[in-house]
This record gives sequence, C-alpha cells and structure tokens, in this order.
Amino acid sequence: MKIAVVVFPGSNCDVDLYEALHTVCHADVEYVSHKQKNLTGFDAVMLPGGFSYGDYLRSGAIARFSNIMPAIVEFANEGKFVFGTCNGFQILTEAGLLPGALKKNNSLKFVCKEIELKVTNNQTPFTTQYKMGEHINLPIAHADGSYYAEKEVLEELEKNGQVVFRYMNENPNGSLNDIAGITNKKGNVLGMMPHPERAVEALLGNEDGLRLFKSLLANGKKKEEAAR
Amino acid sequence: MIATEMSPQEIKSKKPYLEWGLSEKEYNYICEKLLKRLPNYTETGLFAVMWSEHCSYKKSKPVLREFPNKNERVLQGPGEGAGIVDIGDGQAVVFKAESHNHPSAVEPYEGAATGVGGIIRDIFSMGARPIAALDSLHFGEINQARTKYLINEVVAGIGGYGNCMGIPTVGGEMTFDECYTGNPLVNAMCVGLMEQKDMQVGRAQGLGNAVMYVGAKTGRDGIHGATFASADFSDEKETQRSAVQVGDPFMEKLLMEACLELTNKHADWLVGIQDMGAAGLASSSCEMASKAGSGLELTLDNVPQREPEMSAYEIMLSESQERMLLCIRAGFEEKVKKLFENYGLEAVVIGRVVKGHQYLLKHKNSIVADIPVSSLTDDVLEEESQEKMPERILQAGKVKNWIPQVSDATEILEKMLQQPTIASKRMFTQTYDSQVRTNTVVGPGSDAAVLRVRGTKKALAMTTDGNGRFVYLDPKIGGKIAVLEAASNLVASGALPLALTDCLNYGDPNDPEIYWELHESVLGMAAACRVLNTPVISGNVSLYNENNGEAIYPTPMVGMVGLVKNIKHIISSFVQHQGDLVFIVGDTEQDFAGSELQKMITGQIKGHLNQINLEKISLRMMRLLKAMEKGLVVSAHDLSEGGLAVALAETTFGTKHGINLKINLSSEELFSETAGRFIVTVTPENQKQFLNEMQGEATYAGKVTNDKKLIVAYNGGQLDLDLQKAEGLWEEAIPCLMKSKD
Repeated sequence: MKIAVVVFPGSNCDVDLYEALHTVCHADVEYVSHKQKNLTGFDAVMLPGGFSYGDYLRSGAIARFSNIMPAIVEFANEGKFVFGTCNGFQILTEAGLLPGALKKNNSLKFVCKEIELKVTNNQTPFTTQYKMGEHINLPIAHADGSYYAEKEVLEELEKNGQVVFRYMNENPNGSLNDIAGITNKKGNVLGMMPHPERAVEALLGNEDGLRLFKSLLANGKKKEEAAR
Repeated sequence: MIATEMSPQEIKSKKPYLEWGLSEKEYNYICEKLLKRLPNYTETGLFAVMWSEHCSYKKSKPVLREFPNKNERVLQGPGEGAGIVDIGDGQAVVFKAESHNHPSAVEPYEGAATGVGGIIRDIFSMGARPIAALDSLHFGEINQARTKYLINEVVAGIGGYGNCMGIPTVGGEMTFDECYTGNPLVNAMCVGLMEQKDMQVGRAQGLGNAVMYVGAKTGRDGIHGATFASADFSDEKETQRSAVQVGDPFMEKLLMEACLELTNKHADWLVGIQDMGAAGLASSSCEMASKAGSGLELTLDNVPQREPEMSAYEIMLSESQERMLLCIRAGFEEKVKKLFENYGLEAVVIGRVVKGHQYLLKHKNSIVADIPVSSLTDDVLEEESQEKMPERILQAGKVKNWIPQVSDATEILEKMLQQPTIASKRMFTQTYDSQVRTNTVVGPGSDAAVLRVRGTKKALAMTTDGNGRFVYLDPKIGGKIAVLEAASNLVASGALPLALTDCLNYGDPNDPEIYWELHESVLGMAAACRVLNTPVISGNVSLYNENNGEAIYPTPMVGMVGLVKNIKHIISSFVQHQGDLVFIVGDTEQDFAGSELQKMITGQIKGHLNQINLEKISLRMMRLLKAMEKGLVVSAHDLSEGGLAVALAETTFGTKHGINLKINLSSEELFSETAGRFIVTVTPENQKQFLNEMQGEATYAGKVTNDKKLIVAYNGGQLDLDLQKAEGLWEEAIPCLMKSKD
C-alpha cells in the first residue's frame, strides 16, 4: 500500500504525518506537491494540518482549488482512502468531499491541548483497531474546529454512523453534536480535527493515534489481497 | 518623498538627523572626518540607522566585550544572524533571542508577531531548520484594561505567527511587575537544528557575484524602526505607529522553505545570506559587504516595491518583513530565480559585488549614495558612558534586610500560588501550537522544554529566564542569578547547559545609574558564564525601555540551550510514584530581598542580595546531572520564585500524588529564594548511590504519597495544603484576573 502526503503551500504537519507513517509504521509513503495533477500508483492520500495558503479567505478555501484537488476527488469517488486532519479536514469540507463546515472556535482562540474522544464507529477502514465506544486521548491544535452542518445533514450523519470521533467531557470548540471527526457516506473519506499523527510514540507521551494508521494499513492490505 | 527631500545644505542647517537619532557631534564627524563633504538625504538616513544603538551597539559594545563567547563547542559566536554550537554527530544547534519591546508597546499583535518572524529568519539565514520558539514576556500588573489588552494581543501575535509557520512555541516565561506597565518586554527566541556542513554566513564577496533580493516586496512600513527602538518612549510618541511592521507568516513559511532548499541543496550557488531585519536593506547589504571587505553597487529601481514612487531613502530604510538578501555566484542567478518561483516568490538581482570598498547606490539614473562601507559599520563613534551606582543600592547596603514573619504557612502558600508571576500560564500557552513537527517531549509548564533530535538519541533542552527584581537590587549578583536560573532549569530536565543568548533590556543608558546597572549585570552574567562554561553566542540589546521617564527594572533575559545525551535520561519536573524519596539539593539561606514573598506581603522590592558562590553551585549541578545520567533520579524541579513551598506544590500539579516532608527550616524559609536549589525524587533502591553522587549536597526530606496533600512539618509548625484545591487556585488565578472588570 502506497500513501501520498499532499503538501500545500503553508502545510506544516506534513512532516508529522510522513514521519508517523514512515518512521513509526514503516509504511510506503511519499510527499506529493499540490501542483501535481494525478495520484496514479497511490492507494491512500492524506491531507496534513497547517495553514494552507495562510488560511487566507477561510481555512481550506484556497487549497481546494489546487491542481491536485480534482485528482483527490476522483480518488475518493473511486472508493480509495482519503484522510484529512485539521487543515486537511477543513480542505475536505471546502472541496465537498465531506459535508458541513468548520467554523472559528467558540473561544475565538487557537487551542492546543490533549482532549478525550470517544470512538463512535469502529467499522470504518480507519478505526477497526479501536473498540467501539473506546475513550482515547488525542492532541488538538486549531483555531477553526467548530463543526457545523444543517440539521438534516447532522441527522443523516448520525443515522449513517458517519460520526467517527466525538469529544468527551469537554467540547473544545463548540462543534455541533460534539463532532470531532466524520466520514463520507461510503466511509472511505475521513476528516478529523484532532491530530492522531502527533500521538504515535511513547516518548512524546501518547500512542492513542497509532491504531488509526495501523487500521488503515491493515485494511489497505486486505483490499490488496482481495483484489489479487 | 523625492520632491520634498532636503539638499545636503538644508540638512546641515535644518538638522533633520536629530529626529532620526544622529547627534550633531556624529553628523559633524561624518562630514569632516569620514566623507569630507556633506552627506545627501539618503546617506544621512543610512548613517542614522546604521549608527543607531540597535544596529551599532555603540553604547553597549564596551560592556558586551565582557562576555565570554568561545569554547570548544562554539562554531559561530556573536556577529552573524545567530550563534552556532556543536552537538556532536556533525550536527549543530543554532539560536538567538531578540527583543521587540517598543513595537509591542504601540501595536502589540504585530509587534510580537514580527518579533517572532524576525528571529526565525535569523535562524534559517544560518542554514538551520527552526525547530522551536520560546519567549520571555514581562508586563505590568494585571489590573488595568490596557495591560490586559497588551497581554492578549502579544500572546495572540506570538501564536499567530509561530502556529502558522509550523514552529512549536515550546516554552518561555511571563512575569508581572508595575515597572513594565508602560513598556512591556517582549523577547522572542528561536532554536534551529542543522548539519554543520550546511553552515552559512552573511557575506557578499567575489567580484561580479550577484546581490539578490528575495521574499516580500518593499513598502513604506517600519521606516526608522531601528531608530525608534533606540529612543525613549513617551505619550507624545504614541503616534509612532508607522515605525511598526506588519507580519505575514504565510509568506515567511514559503520564504523559509525556499531558503532552506537553497542552503541545504544548492550551497554551491550561494556565497552568503542574511535576513533583512532592523534597518532593512541598508543594514543587511552593508553588513554583508563589510564582513567580507567588499564593495557593493545596488540599483534600487530593481528592488520589488509594493508602493509607487518610493524614494531611495524609503527603499533603503523600510523594514518590511519576510525579506532576505542573498549573494549568489555569478552565473547561477537564473537557477535561483527558478527555485524561488517554485514557491511563488520573487528573486531579483539588485546589484553586484564590485572592486574597492565603496557602497554605491543608484536610483532613477543617479547616484544616491557613494560612501565607504566601513564608514557605516565600523567607524561608529563608540560612546563614552558615565556610570554611577544608584543611591538605592548604596542605601540598601547600609540597612538591615527585611525579615518576614509567616504565622500560617498554608495560607501564605495558597495566596502565593495565585500571584500572577507564579500562577499557571496555561490560558496563554495553550494558544500556542507546542507540538507541531512532533519532537516536543516536554512542552510548556516545566522547568525547560525538551525536544528530541530525530534520528539520534539526543535531545535539546531550552529555557528563557530573567528576573528583573534581583538585578534591580544588585545588578552583579542579579546577573549571576539570571544565568544560574537558566542553567538550573536545564539541569533539572537532565541537560548539560551548552551556551546562551541574551536580550539585555534596560532603561536609558545616558543615565549613568542605568549604564552602571547594565555594566554590573553584564559582569555578573559573564562571571557565571565562565564558571558554567556557557559562552554567550548571540544576543541583542534593548535600551531606552522607559515610559515617561520611568525605567523598567534592569532585565537581562537569558535564553539557554542544553544537551541531553540520551533521551532515556530526560527528567520530568513532576513526581512520579508513591514511595519515592524526596531530597532537597542545596542549602536554604535567608534570601527574602526581591522574593515573591516580599512583594506579596510588603508590595515592595527592597534590600540587598546575599553573595553567590558560583563554583559551589556549578559543582552541585554537575553532580546532580551525573546522578541523572546514571539513571538515579526520577524527577527534579528547580526552586525559583516562591521558594521551596511553591516548588513542592508545582511538582505535584497534574499528578495523583502528594508529598509528606519533615524539614529543618522555619516557616519563613519555606519561601526563601536562595539560588541553585532543586527538589529531587529518587526511588528507595537508588537512595544510597544517589547520596554518594551528591556528596553531601542532598538532604532527605520525606516521601511522595498517594493522596493530594502537601504536608510539611517545619520548625515550630506544619504546612497542610489540599493540593486539589491549591491546583484549582493556581490554575484559575490568571483567567480570573484577565476576566475581571476594572
């Protein structure tokens, strides 16, 4: 399984994603420039956190017009794995691959801390190694993480089990339904505000994010085997 | 504008240079001795900024020579963008700190943001990848709307820039005292990591090589910023907003990635690289020429400009942000252009290295400056300064020091944990991304921040410290304490202190008493640097920190970096397991002058400081470090503001544990601030070996418990603190003050 980490101008968690996959998970991973137009040869694509285009206009609003985006949309439509964390999540909503939008935090401030999450769907390709309902801790670091969607969209998300991670105890940004991460209807596109790539090493104090990448790698392998 | 520019004769008679910070004596010296003619408008402007204290250190230079700046590890000392220290394996750590006090006082968000931006550029101009940012902030008491505004905006500016750049803000300090109300201190430090083979310098040499301008366009912002930083503040100057620059971290992120690609992958194209910081294109270009002994010819029409009709004077003096100057080997200009284009950035040839040593500027087909490079950089008239010991210090030596009386130690400790200087700063630090790049092992809220060096066993510890109160009472001893405090924070984290950078924040140096403070404190710092073998490898001087004639406490900030040889031996500040033994390392004396206790009880900072035995403390630190490297230490916390009592409480916060101690100290001594002390926890099985290593410097005091209680049986009484409650008070104190209406 080969994974692309897309680098937009202003991406800054690209290294973190790359290192989590390469150094910790020993996965086959490559940086891909926003200027490229195709994702041939990749089995999964990841959109990192950061401040693509300086968050000018609105976070993710400019990145969605990058050269690479049509390829990502096509990739997602083909049922391949697409993952976005933080700014990556914002870009996925701006591009319409995920419903809803991420508004400024209720506090109007950037917040960086570890928060408690509940895994509310362990049947996605990204979460099979978590237990259903399990509580995990992951870091957040964002200013625009307040998930918003219209009532009907929220109902749809809940009905389909598209809410994968939910904030526990404390909602750090005012997200509706305490939403921290969602998938598309098919389940192959996941966007989340927390940073699992920052929680993959005991040295840095937290390994709760590791199983997300391991789930994905295992499910990618299964898919490859099934295809053969 | 050009139309209104004065002629050389008019400059001589109308003396506009006085407004720009150049004295009549300096102007006459330039006319009579250096140029032997009258300088034109642009030239006069160049002299004014290049001879400002900010660029020339004309006032502070004689004093700065006191600092040791070499040892076996130092690869680059002061004089370049930042200092560089060898950390083994062909790697080096690069760091520097800079003040942005004046800009932050008038426009706190942009002032702080561009302070961070400037110091980051200094680091990547050396060829290093910035890996962490720290700060040192000093504000007035949190009791006025203006101070709250300054705090909120400065913190937002620091976060806004660093977060967007993807450089974690991992540590720092924040203190509050009346004297900083009108003139807050905003010092930023950046640490970078590099391969020694990628080391760069800011030099322009080699006949015919190109001078290239990269990054943002030049606008009219920040003109005379360096001069602005070199003058007193007053209410009349509130309107000096034009001297403050505006930052664009996104532009800087692109610029950083492009410059790092150039320095790390195409070093053969590059001769030199320098940040356009204070005094913009003027200082960067003539410093690059001066360091190489070259001549330079620039055509200012080629400088990318944001605004129409900019004069030569404005182009040279603009402090627009996110710009760098490169010297590129002739023939590689197009390649450099392509590289920057790939990041959406402009790279433009604006001049060449020429024969001789002249600094020749052309604009609109005429020569606008033609002066020797060295006249701007080397011929500065160093200023003789008068020194006088302040009366308060003379008097303090004659009077007996204040001795506190603490009847209820528990109540005093609860109150002290709520003093802003001691209380939790989490509401601010959690607005900084402290983890991006995933190297942060220990983030904000510990003695020092610790970052692992990826791909090695090493880690780097870093801290910023400055205690103006002690320096105010006794600059020499206070200077020693400032350096010791930084070193203690590193040692407590398990790191060997390597070297330091500083920001010397003082009042108006023309006041002999202030100059004396500067001189004495530098002597104290230098003495501590020698004993600890931590040379000063970079730094910055910020004088004229006054508001309406009232100076700040003399506040040298020390930014220190240390090396942890093995990540296994990174030491936590927090107690870890029940049953561990608690030791106090170092002796407690009657050190109440300048203490938090004194400020809290009397509202004043008064008295004289006791002498410090640097050798003894240094030896103690090295013993402790050795014990840590042998794996004998579980946790360690440095004792500072609030003394032992506060440190004991802090070392339990965020854990499930408490501490139960019995010690041979008075209730007052629990709050004494004797320098160079630590609380250390050790497992029972390592007790004997630990004590052996410490050779009498560690005193057993008690145990880590499993309840959230701090119990300290002292001479004649017992402190009994509910830690759950205490932690709540400590956590809520600043949010509460920031929210209160006044």
